Amino acid sequence: MARAATTQRKAIVTVAAWIVGIAIFFPILWIVILSFKSEGDAIRTPLEVLRAQWTLESYTTVQERSNYLRHFWNSVVLSVGSTLIGLIIAVPAAWAMAFVPGKRTKDVLMWMLSTKMLPPVGVLVPIYLIFRDLGLLDSRVGLVIVLTLINLPIIIWMLYTYFREIPGEILEAARMDGATLRDEILYVLTPMAVPGIASTLLLNIILAWNEAFWTLNLTAAKAAPLTAFIASYSSPEGLFYAKLSAASTMAIAPILIMGWFSQKQLVRGLTFGAVK
Amino acid sequence: MKHSIRALMGACAVSALATAALAETTITVATVNNGDMIRMQSMMEDFYAQHPDIKVEWVTLEENVLRQRVTQDVATNGGQFDVMTIGNYEVPIWGARGWLMPLTDLPADYKVDDLLPSIRSALSVDGSLYALPFYGESAMVMYRTDLAEQAGVSLPDQPTWAQIKEAAAKMTDKDAGIYGICLRGKPGWGENMAFISAMANSYGARWFDMSWEPEFDSAPWQAAFKDYLDLMTNYGPPGASSNGFNENLSLFQQGKCGMWIDATVAAGFVTDPEESSVAENVGYAVFPNKDGVDNHGNWLWSWNLGIPKSTDAPEAAEAFVTWATGPHYTQLVAEKQGWRAAPPGTRKSLYENATYLAEAPFATLTKETMDAATPEKPSVQDVPYVGAQFVSIPEFQGIGTAVGQQFSAALAGQMDADTALKNAQMLTQREMTKAGYIK
Amino acid sequence: MATQHSRAAARLMISPAVLLLLGWMIVPLSMTLYFSFLRYNLLMPGMEEFTGWTNYRFFLTDPAFFAALTNTLLLVGGVLLITVIGGTLLALLLDQPFWGQGIVRIMVIAPFFVMPTVSALVWKNMFMNPVNGLFGHAAHWLGLEPYDFLSQAPLMSIIGIVSWQWLPFATLILLTALQSLDQEQLEAAEMDGAGAVQRFGYIMLPHLARAITVVILIQTIFLLSIFAEILVTTNGGPGTASTNLTYLIYMQSLLQFDVGGGSAGGVIAIILANIVAIFLMRMIGKNLDA
Repeated sequence: MARAATTQRKAIVTVAAWIVGIAIFFPILWIVILSFKSEGDAIRTPLEVLRAQWTLESYTTVQERSNYLRHFWNSVVLSVGSTLIGLIIAVPAAWAMAFVPGKRTKDVLMWMLSTKMLPPVGVLVPIYLIFRDLGLLDSRVGLVIVLTLINLPIIIWMLYTYFREIPGEILEAARMDGATLRDEILYVLTPMAVPGIASTLLLNIILAWNEAFWTLNLTAAKAAPLTAFIASYSSPEGLFYAKLSAASTMAIAPILIMGWFSQKQLVRGLTFGAVK
Repeated sequence: MKHSIRALMGACAVSALATAALAETTITVATVNNGDMIRMQSMMEDFYAQHPDIKVEWVTLEENVLRQRVTQDVATNGGQFDVMTIGNYEVPIWGARGWLMPLTDLPADYKVDDLLPSIRSALSVDGSLYALPFYGESAMVMYRTDLAEQAGVSLPDQPTWAQIKEAAAKMTDKDAGIYGICLRGKPGWGENMAFISAMANSYGARWFDMSWEPEFDSAPWQAAFKDYLDLMTNYGPPGASSNGFNENLSLFQQGKCGMWIDATVAAGFVTDPEESSVAENVGYAVFPNKDGVDNHGNWLWSWNLGIPKSTDAPEAAEAFVTWATGPHYTQLVAEKQGWRAAPPGTRKSLYENATYLAEAPFATLTKETMDAATPEKPSVQDVPYVGAQFVSIPEFQGIGTAVGQQFSAALAGQMDADTALKNAQMLTQREMTKAGYIK
Repeated sequence: MATQHSRAAARLMISPAVLLLLGWMIVPLSMTLYFSFLRYNLLMPGMEEFTGWTNYRFFLTDPAFFAALTNTLLLVGGVLLITVIGGTLLALLLDQPFWGQGIVRIMVIAPFFVMPTVSALVWKNMFMNPVNGLFGHAAHWLGLEPYDFLSQAPLMSIIGIVSWQWLPFATLILLTALQSLDQEQLEAAEMDGAGAVQRFGYIMLPHLARAITVVILIQTIFLLSIFAEILVTTNGGPGTASTNLTYLIYMQSLLQFDVGGGSAGGVIAIILANIVAIFLMRMIGKNLDA
């Protein structure tokens, strides 16, 4: 009578799960399909679209019009850079909060999260002026700083929840054996925390990759990542579905592929302390 | 060991690139994603051939976003852009503020006297030019001659709004996906408000009375706006409240619109056989007026290239601006894509060119409507402002967009015409009071 | 247990993060506060002057303000409702054994990786556009008049788009939580004759409570400042039907270039966000400590 599912039940669940899965995935699938059609075909009815000739012309046009590789590279630098710097700042902070909790630790953590609730539009002009004076407009350095700061609370929170799951006794034992703080972090904590750090890293790369307010407003050309690349295809001149689809596919493909390949790590860590 | 060698080589490569980059000036050009600008980006080979030491970076944005970005940058002296694509609304305001470089010493082969006088004066402050026109436009009716024939209507050269409505009713065939008329509905002072303001002008309405009180409660505004809603709800396409110039262009090219009243520059695109399925069947007429009102909307617009004061490469920027708006560029486009594609509405010589006039059936009408536009007196009534389908005060962007939101909501059926006009009146009054016009 | 020494070390380790975030908060915030009392329009330089509470008065009496407040709450609440309920159902489904679990899971996560701008553009053009969108084609095929989602039901459409983006996140967290559920407990309940609904209500739901709180917390943080989706699809319209607080401030400070007014709006939004934050923290604190 255990929950060993009967084959019939498994079949029903399979059908249901696949239908839901395909429905959720469909919009992405559809733009990939449209991106390989000609502009004229892309606006036809769905059946006609499927029957129409496949072509690479939209990709060629997009490539001719924009420097995809540079936008791509900027996205990589910004998201990876800001995440790594964020981790360097966040790991010690989260470690301290998890293992040496004080009376105020929880408040500090909550306060950090609350800084993420500030509406960015409210502070854009001040930041713009500061950036202008520091010469950081349209520079990758400036954007890495901003992205690090806006994602720092999330990084700290995630790490904190992982670190808390590490039993304190292990550290005690290490300390007894004369391990210094540095040793503790390097040889005891780090290996245990690697899965958590990995998934924090992945999630924050995704968040930074997709950030579209600061990256659009503080860049022009040199530091503009893929969000800016997409913005230039956002409104039609004539027929534009195929070009938009091609540009969209190019913008989301890298992160989608990274996400898929690392989904085990990502999912394993993506709990924010939700599971005890 | 291997690693360090590779790193060393990488470093060398980087520094080599860096020295190469020093020799050339890079300029960043912010532009709007309209067809003519996209075309310009495909002509760059010619520019690079003339100026191998200049590299151009494009930032192409949708109109509303472009405005926000360049205004923010120029007003804060941010220096992110070296060339900005701006309208004839911005140029005089920014020029007077000293935000743009005056363009006084233009090379002789630029033939500055060839510019259309109406455009040139719109871009000048105290006699000096502050931006160069890339293309200029007025507005007119574009319609499908084949559909008109089928429906048994003939549109006169100077139709009235009543005739437009009749034609729209006859051409509409919703089952076949054909809508009698397509007009702008997307909120924005440069989108739906450009059209609705021009339509209001042609009904004898004005934005403000002589003491800067808004006039949305006046009879001509009421009549104009109600007719607009009436036309669009009965004969317009679904989703019209999010259609701007580009969206309507695409609908017309797909053959979904019977008539489209919009910028004259669209004519070059709807007659492009490669992009448009109706290229062979487009007729033109003057912007309509209300029976008895002698005003055809007074639409005058140009997209221009200006150089902000904050640029660090003024010479390179000027070289680019004169290239893109000069007579040579027109020739270039004509050679590569035919005369029909040449950027219209900026130079007298274009309208004296027999080949252009022959290849572009819309040319004469474009020139006539542009010449007829009178920004100094947009309405038959007296007004305290200069402007055509806009009001030339800095506050207008905000006010126009907020009013546009209300009108777009009425078009979407979220509120009725009276509420929208009342809201428009109220919020304009608020902003004008806040800005100190209304004492 | 912690010694004096380790406390000091801990403080030292937290301080870079705290200082950075404090700076990130205080510097722009104080500038915003300062601007909010100025008559400061970017288009009219040199006219800055102190105006007291004028900006606040105009912002708070703006008819759009109340609409924006309601829309913000509806948007956050709507998306939370859809993603939490949908996520729970989906998690329950995916928790069952079935063929092709890996592939289905990949498909379900995918929307989470898509940039907000891209997903808004795709939904707006390829699906909701009444003339060329897929829904329009479907309506035509069924012989119906195409429905114009973004002008007839703008807020609902945006809620739909945003929910699509966040559903994977909720599903994943809830699924992980479900998988950690003690199977024996469930079996015991089944033995005792508890039906599926009872098992869900008395065993699974309490177990999921913590995960649901986390989903609500994290999503609220992101949903309060939804911006790109609105900018791309409706521009806050028609009228103010889909203007949220963030977008209203954007219109004030970046479309009207009224930095003073926009800053006043920003300060108000920050105060409101903090009220929400305090409220959430209370809730979370209780749930997370348990």
